[in-house]
Amino acid sequence: MRTLLVWMAGGLASAALTPIALASGWNMPEGVTAVSRDIYSLHMIIFWICVIIGVLVFGAMFYSLFRYRHSRGAKSATFHEHTTVEVIWTTIPLLILVAMAVPATATLKTMYDASEADLDIMVTGQQWRWRYEYLGEGVAFTSNLGTPLEQISGNSEKGENYLLEVDEPLVLPVGQKVRLLLTSDDVIHSWWVPELAVKQDAIPGFVNENWVRIEEPGIYRGQCAELCGRNHGFMPVVVEAVEQEQFDEWMAGRKEAAQQEAMSADREWGLDELMSRGEQVYGAVCAACHQPDGSGNMPAFPALAGNQVLLDEPERHITTVIDGVAGSAMPAFRNTLSPVEIAAVVTYERNAWGNEAGDSVQPSEIAERIAGQGE
Amino acid sequence: MASHLPPKPTPQHSTATAGGMADSGHARPRGMMRWLLTTNHKEIGTLYLLFSLTMFFIGGIFALVVRAELFQPGLQLVQPEFFNQMTTMHGLIMVFGAIMPAFVGLANWMVPLQIGAPDMALPRLNNFSFWLLPVAFLLLLSTLLMPGGGPNFGWTFYAPLSTTYAPPSTSFFILSLHLAGISSILGAINIIATILNLRAPGMRLMDMPLFVWTWLITAFLLIAVMPVLAGVITMMLMDINFGTSFFNAAGGGDPVLFQHLFWFFGHPEVYIMILPAFGIVSAIIPTFSRKRLFGYASMVYATAAIAILSFMVWAHHMFIVGLPLVAELFFMYTTMLIAVPTGVKVFNWIATMFRGSISFEPPMLFALAFVVQFTVGGFSGLMLAIAPADFQYHDTYFVVAHFHYVLVPGALFAILAGAYYWLPKWTGHYPSVRLSQWHFWLSVIGVNLTFFPMHFSGLAGMPRRIPDYALQFVDFNMASSIGGFLFGISQLLFVLVIIKCVRGGEKAPAKAWEGAEDLEWSVPSPAPLHTFETPPEFHPQQH
Repeated sequence: MRTLLVWMAGGLASAALTPIALASGWNMPEGVTAVSRDIYSLHMIIFWICVIIGVLVFGAMFYSLFRYRHSRGAKSATFHEHTTVEVIWTTIPLLILVAMAVPATATLKTMYDASEADLDIMVTGQQWRWRYEYLGEGVAFTSNLGTPLEQISGNSEKGENYLLEVDEPLVLPVGQKVRLLLTSDDVIHSWWVPELAVKQDAIPGFVNENWVRIEEPGIYRGQCAELCGRNHGFMPVVVEAVEQEQFDEWMAGRKEAAQQEAMSADREWGLDELMSRGEQVYGAVCAACHQPDGSGNMPAFPALAGNQVLLDEPERHITTVIDGVAGSAMPAFRNTLSPVEIAAVVTYERNAWGNEAGDSVQPSEIAERIAGQGE
Repeated sequence: MASHLPPKPTPQHSTATAGGMADSGHARPRGMMRWLLTTNHKEIGTLYLLFSLTMFFIGGIFALVVRAELFQPGLQLVQPEFFNQMTTMHGLIMVFGAIMPAFVGLANWMVPLQIGAPDMALPRLNNFSFWLLPVAFLLLLSTLLMPGGGPNFGWTFYAPLSTTYAPPSTSFFILSLHLAGISSILGAINIIATILNLRAPGMRLMDMPLFVWTWLITAFLLIAVMPVLAGVITMMLMDINFGTSFFNAAGGGDPVLFQHLFWFFGHPEVYIMILPAFGIVSAIIPTFSRKRLFGYASMVYATAAIAILSFMVWAHHMFIVGLPLVAELFFMYTTMLIAVPTGVKVFNWIATMFRGSISFEPPMLFALAFVVQFTVGGFSGLMLAIAPADFQYHDTYFVVAHFHYVLVPGALFAILAGAYYWLPKWTGHYPSVRLSQWHFWLSVIGVNLTFFPMHFSGLAGMPRRIPDYALQFVDFNMASSIGGFLFGISQLLFVLVIIKCVRGGEKAPAKAWEGAEDLEWSVPSPAPLHTFETPPEFHPQQH
């Protein structure tokens, strides 16, 4: 039968194409950690097992289809069961599975051993950015999508790392065991970097654990893997792995900047500098929901431009930003933004897009309020 | 075969009294009312099948919106909010509106005919369970027009995205799912009652055709898990409207609990959508191999084993939520075990063909494609079962490729195979061979062009449910989109086949296929409105 031959040719062609496809970088990356290589080899073993079984099973099937065609005058046999054969083809797959389960179990045990870490990082998912906190170091920052909106809308050419670039990557030292503690401030997110073979859900109310020991310096890119709302596709993860000395330098610079930020909360800020800082914070943190022009996105996200509650009740405005709104999508920014950032963004919202409150909120006020709540 | 005597001629078979006994003394309703009030299993089966076909095209249009947006990187046609509504509605409609009702429709038509019963055991309930569906899905579709849009949290609707952060229309989504769930439960009760009570005298359980067996087991799965779905969506309803905190961590609730409950329903649900497909293929392959099904008993036991295992594997959907190591290992091992009974089925089908006398009529083409393509989906399922590797596969297009291979080139192809197989019985005419072959080949090419590249985009690192993607995924997505449109458009040929087949074509005798053995081939083609009012004589094949 002609159609049958076409089909067989197609099957052979795809069987031949598969290794080519795998060789040319369409496959799972081998990655840069011991665990990622273990996972890669499990993946390849099970893949080849499937290929071999597939060749045998489909081979037997197409042989039968070809050999026992009605059009060739084939007469059907009458057998319809065979206990020995049936026992064999139940047992052999079982043995293959047991053979597969052994290395898989070993790898899984290694992946679950996050003990004796050299460095602890708290990873917090937020709609739609990641926040990284180096525990015990006093260093924390958020990491936002770095791709400009014009590239997404097609108004400018897409860059090499389109959608896989951030404003501030997570910097990690190579050779160290880094424990990742993952949680979320809102919905479930999932932190994933294929080259590191780490994918772990970040769940509100839970702290999940995973770990990574990167062996080669480099920049490794990934994305949020769990649907988390509107901008799920725009929430990349970028890890920059550097040598230890470089990491120490970076960390020292970070600590100094954090100290200066904390000290600057005590001084008096002018309206202009609050506005420019506020615009920056708003773009990184608030614009995804409330829109860059403050027009909001009803029914979930109210407009800020021309919002009378915001303009008439500065106290409530500040409380909303610090504590969030229970039962809604508005998170509390008490721990994720510094007093300077909160003061700046509140000031900005009160004076941007035609809002004319004219007043400014001082970082020192915010710092006092947060300190007062803590008592 | 002695078991395939023509039905005894009874007065009810004549068209003059087509209304049957139930309507004696009343004029049979006409027009709309006839379909609204019908309690006949064949008419209700037809309604189910037409409903499912309609939903298949609506869900298909949603899928094509998704594929059109993903044809190129960047946001061109739709915004992310709407994109998320499209992926969600596509999944919900295909699962609950297309695949499940198609199988129920086939069961309505064929189960009574295959066991020699005059009708379903509970005909009025049958009518009610069908008419719940249009109501449920009109409600579901109407959410797209509500403020804030329709469901946008994926067909798995994970909390708290589907509760605290959901659009206001979510309560309507919950209500519609309740209605669809009630419909499924009632349908399942009806099928169990029919199979257990109305078999022809002499037909033991182990004499039943496999389609009947797989549906009996599927119906028990439905009764076991649909109430769990009802429970979990009711908890969502409470969280959204009445201030409870089942899934809200801020109130002491547990978002992971949602996933346990959902997948305790969801995994058996996956088998609800594939077991009847096994039954259809197990009818078609012997017919066109002109040889009895190999390993009938082991087919039944394998189906039961898959059904039982399906309650013990749910957390393989949750390998990266942070389960304890012991749980990961348990669910990895049980999941791998499923490969054994599934393998037995595939081996049995091939052993049936071995030394048969095989011909390639349209139903056989679809059934053969099912075996190959379903096995491909089975292979990727085996890969996904390896928990450490799942840390890389999870929530990527590799998973999308996997479950579409099982559901589209798998379950849907089996449904199409079943439709081609039984169309002569339903309409009295053979479907056009030429058109059927065009439909088959275009579908095979389209479906594989759509879903095979998704394996690669997933392995290369593309997460699922994203409206825009990085540049290394461009080629795969372009291929998938072209394949998607080809597959979608070629389904219009199927509609054409059906219309032509209803209107005319080569006349089919009672036994439309040379090698067909089951009881449905003993009644005339087209099957009269009422069949087996006197139970047929049934002589089991010798085991």
